[in-house]
Amino acid sequence: MTGHRGAILGLHLGVIGALAALYFVLPAYHVSNLARVMVLSVFAMGYNIAFGYTGLLSLGHALFFASGLYATGSLVQLAGWSAGPGLLAGIAAGALVALAVGLLALRTTGVAFMIVTLMFAQAGYLLILYFGPLTRGDEGYVIDRAARAVAGLDLSDDRTRYFAALALFALALAACLALVRSPTGRVLVAMRENAERSRMLGYDPFRYRLIGLVASGLLAGASGAAYGLMFGYVGATFASIQYSILPLLWVLLGGAGTVLGPFLGTLVMFYLVDLSSSVTTAYLMVVGLALLALVLFARKGLLGSLRERALPWLP
Amino acid sequence: MAAVSLLSTRGLTRRFGGLTAVDGVDLDLGTGEIRALIGPNGAGKTTLVGLICGRIAPSAGTIRFEGRDITALPAHARVALGIAYTFQITAIYARLPVYDNVALAVQRRGAADLAAETLAALDRVGLADRAGQTAGTLAYGHQRLLEVAMGLALAPKLLILDEPTQGLADTEIETFKRLVREVARSATVLLIEHNMELVMDLADRITVLNFGEVLAEGTPAEIRADRAVQAAYLGA
Amino acid sequence: MDFGPFLLLATMEGLVMAAVLALTAVGLSLVFGVMRVVNVAHGEFFMLGAVLAWFVTTSVPGPPALGFAAALVVCPLIVGGIAALADRAILKRLDYDPEATIVATIGLLYIFQQAALSLYGPDARPVQAPFDWRLQLPWFGYSGYKLAVVAAAILLLLGVRLLLVRSRIGLVMRATQYDRETATAFGIDVDRVYAGVFALGAALAAVAAVLIVPIQQAHYLMGGDPLLLSFIVVIIGGLGSLRGTVLAAVLIGLSDGIVSVFFSPTLAKILATLLVALVLVFRPQGLFGQRVA
Repeated sequence: MTGHRGAILGLHLGVIGALAALYFVLPAYHVSNLARVMVLSVFAMGYNIAFGYTGLLSLGHALFFASGLYATGSLVQLAGWSAGPGLLAGIAAGALVALAVGLLALRTTGVAFMIVTLMFAQAGYLLILYFGPLTRGDEGYVIDRAARAVAGLDLSDDRTRYFAALALFALALAACLALVRSPTGRVLVAMRENAERSRMLGYDPFRYRLIGLVASGLLAGASGAAYGLMFGYVGATFASIQYSILPLLWVLLGGAGTVLGPFLGTLVMFYLVDLSSSVTTAYLMVVGLALLALVLFARKGLLGSLRERALPWLP
Repeated sequence: MAAVSLLSTRGLTRRFGGLTAVDGVDLDLGTGEIRALIGPNGAGKTTLVGLICGRIAPSAGTIRFEGRDITALPAHARVALGIAYTFQITAIYARLPVYDNVALAVQRRGAADLAAETLAALDRVGLADRAGQTAGTLAYGHQRLLEVAMGLALAPKLLILDEPTQGLADTEIETFKRLVREVARSATVLLIEHNMELVMDLADRITVLNFGEVLAEGTPAEIRADRAVQAAYLGA
Repeated sequence: MDFGPFLLLATMEGLVMAAVLALTAVGLSLVFGVMRVVNVAHGEFFMLGAVLAWFVTTSVPGPPALGFAAALVVCPLIVGGIAALADRAILKRLDYDPEATIVATIGLLYIFQQAALSLYGPDARPVQAPFDWRLQLPWFGYSGYKLAVVAAAILLLLGVRLLLVRSRIGLVMRATQYDRETATAFGIDVDRVYAGVFALGAALAAVAAVLIVPIQQAHYLMGGDPLLLSFIVVIIGGLGSLRGTVLAAVLIGLSDGIVSVFFSPTLAKILATLLVALVLVFRPQGLFGQRVA
């Protein structure tokens, strides 16, 4: 619909502005956390395009994140590329791997799709371990400080990193907003709601699901590539099943199919684990209980429930 | 027979295991006609239109649309050529606004002003004032009309309506009749319908299907007079 | 060692692996077949079985065989009970929606792992084998216990088959699998069948774990491999097909055992996971299943 343009624009600009202001208010510890949350929420936003909007429940998104992380990491640290082209290569890697996986996996739907994506991601994880001499496997490697400067901006510096993360976050948010409010975005949602009906309106389900998955992989790859440069570490953990489950959890928590949900979910989950770690070390228990609670009591997540109750215009 | 054939099938056949649901059907639809497809339950009507719009793959036979062989074309590509299908069981996007339901169809055929043309399409079926409502909350009759509006909004050359008046009230059926006549000025309509009164009133020609085969074809008057049809279908 | 005896050894190791895998995978397959639930926590039921086996064997005094026998009975019962509880409290309330149950069982996976880590600790601990007999072959000696594991698995699988094909419980399960509504109409308590099937599936994983724990130590993260391999087996064997599952378990167990001896185990796993993905894409009925029209 055409209404509420102002409210939507204001809300999203407001969130970006608030995050910029928080830098000057928060202590260093939280500044660093928030930078991490912003970068990871780009991963979640990517996941949300596939899961929340297109209706593709993937269990293999770690593969796309890791594609970005490892493409950038290896090119910058091992092949001596400069960080800028390395970053772009990482983003491209996420999209290309998603394209390759999609061409095969999207021949299946539902539970089969979940398992196929899970298996591809597992194969990717094992591949990283298999090339251990190069990737250093689970232990991983550090990207040299000197190699982490994009266009003269040293991403190992706290302040630069925070605003670089914010810029990436704002860009991804704008891209998501533009996509979901575009005619293409409407078709993606139509695929989620009823693929057979959409086919009889003349839309090829395979094609649009592929578009959704590639857009999703691109954001996941961008997040992985940026994460590597900003935090300087590349390791196989980021390709493990856990990093396929986390974006699902973040999106479910924040609200699948809402533009700001992924960020909110990532933020809340991050601090839930962070705060609970002072009480208990049972990090896995927190994740497990959160998944159960969401799926049992709040399928729509925080913003999904808010949209249902109070703000029907929320994109 | 109609002079210009929009759609023609030859020897169209579909078997499900041992059952032949559609058996060697030759069907020709002329441009601008309203054709009704009738027959007892299980006669193969829905399967036949499923074959025409590409939801079901034929076991044998060919389908030509505007002279072009479309037998191997997937369903979504046939929609692009101008074949629209409205579902027997209402298949609107229940959780999306009414506006989005129709906008999806309008943007498929391409529109200079999406919002204006979508609202115009809704206006044709009298749902323009409900554009913002969630489609699933519409009354049943309105949902059927929305379904028809989605088909119309594609601006098809051939509109296939599968039991469109099922469950509609009499007043709604009148609205519907007017709509179909209006559509037929620019498109061919293929209508599966059980309401005989409506069929006799609306159709230019009627094709009767029985056990997957064409039993008879003709004007409403001819069909009414046909002994074989009476025996097989009207139960006389 | 010469090639011949080496291959024999690899085959025997593969058979042990296949036996345990078949039990675990049949549990997964049963749950999917009857309930249409993809249980991602299945590997954790296996892990719980192993960890509980350590607790039981260390707390039962007397000869190791006694403690082991107790574990063989007690562990599947406890794990089955936990599973039935999870079914009632969670899966049933999700109405067995396929995607929601996957997310929920992922949640269970983390909870079980954390519980094991907190109560049992991060160490891998051995369980003593019930007997210590060795089979002396001309080229090498071989653990008699491992052979007993294979025999036990065969017996258990025959028992499951008998239960499914011959007993009333099996009939009720098949009726429920075939059509939930009709089963309800015939007075079958579908809720109880589902809880029972979920418990049975988990108990099979637990039994497999008790059998393996004298060979491979109990550890809170040990559930990952059996889960992955069970998935592979169930998918290659054809989802929900018991015979296919057992066939595939033998195939995967043997080939994994043999391939791992000659090549890198990581490479073997990469090939297996890719095989599963491709089977699902191009032959979703499994390698041994029949294509349904």
